[in-house]
Amino acid sequence: MIDVIHIVLFTFLAVIAIAIIRLRDLFAAVMLMGIFSLLSASLFTVMDAVDVAFTEASVGAGISTVLLLATLSLTTSKESTLYQRPQPLALAAVVLTGVALVYATFDMPRYGDPTAPIHHHVAPEYIAQTGEVIGVPNMVTAILASFRGYDTWGETTVIFTACVGVLLLLGGSRTVYRVRHRNDGESDDDGAAS
Amino acid sequence: MIRHVILRVLSKLLIPLIMLFALYVQFHGDYGPGGGFQAGVIFGAAIILYALMFGLEAAKRVFPPRVLEFLVAFGLLLYGSVGVTAILDGGNFLEYSVLSHKPVHGQHLGILLVELGVGITVAAVMATIFFLFAGRGRSDA
Repeated sequence: MIDVIHIVLFTFLAVIAIAIIRLRDLFAAVMLMGIFSLLSASLFTVMDAVDVAFTEASVGAGISTVLLLATLSLTTSKESTLYQRPQPLALAAVVLTGVALVYATFDMPRYGDPTAPIHHHVAPEYIAQTGEVIGVPNMVTAILASFRGYDTWGETTVIFTACVGVLLLLGGSRTVYRVRHRNDGESDDDGAAS
Repeated sequence: MIRHVILRVLSKLLIPLIMLFALYVQFHGDYGPGGGFQAGVIFGAAIILYALMFGLEAAKRVFPPRVLEFLVAFGLLLYGSVGVTAILDGGNFLEYSVLSHKPVHGQHLGILLVELGVGITVAAVMATIFFLFAGRGRSDA
C-alpha cells in the first residue's frame, strides 16, 4: 500500500516538474511549484519525517509561493523567449549529470536500512540521551535546539542576514533614501551657511 | 484593498486561527512536530494574508515596519543571550543544563527561549521581506 502511495506521489512530482519546465506562463509555474512543495511534504509525511514535512509545507508551499507572486507583480508573468533555441550541449550536460546521480544512488543504503552509516554515527547517542538529559518528548526538537544548538543558531543568523540583505537592496526608499535626503539637506544648509 | 466579500469574511475568520495555530506550534514543539521556525513562518503567513486582504498600509499600521525590524534582531539576540547566560552560569555556550537548578529544567527553559527567539526572528523576517516586495514601486513605500 505504501509503495502505491510512493509511486503515485513520485509520478505526480515528475509530471509537475516537466509541466513547470514547459510552461511559459510564470504565474501558472509558480502555482505548480507550490503544488510540487505540497506533494514533497506529503512524501515526507509518508516517510514519517513530520517536522520536515511541516517545514516544507509552510515554507515551500506557503511563503515561497507568496514571495514569488510578489516578485511577479513587480516584473512580468511571461517568460522571456530569448533562449528558446535547442541547445544540444546543454541537454548532453544535463543527461550526463542525471545519469551520474542515478548511478550514485546505487551505492546508497536502502531507505530505512538500520545498518546505514547515518544510523551509527551520533544518532544512537542522541536517541539514548534525549529521554534523561533533555527530557523533551519530541526528539527532533531536542536535537535541533539542544544537541545541535550551534547549527540552529547559525541558521537563525542566516535568516537574519538574508533579511538585512533584502532590507539594504529593497528598503531603499525608507532607509538609504531618507539618509541621503537628510545628507542632502544638511549639505544644502552648510552651503547656505558658508 | 480587495472587495471580494467571501475572501474578506473568510480571511477575517482565518487570520486569528492561523495566529493561534502558530502559537500552538511554537509552544507545543517540545511535544509534537513543529518548533520556532515553522511557527514563525505560519505567523508570518498570517501577517501576509492580512496585508493581501486589507492592503499594505493597513498591515503596516498593525505591524509597523520599525517594530518588525526591531523584532528581527531581537529574536536572534534572545537566542544568543541564552547562550551567553549559560556561559555566565559556568557552562559552555548554549549549554542549557546550567540555566536551572535541575539540568532537565534548564534544558526545558533553554529550548523554550531559543525556539521563541527563532520564531520571533522568522516571523518578523517573513513579514519584513513581504512588505518590502509588496511596497516596491509605490510612492508611499
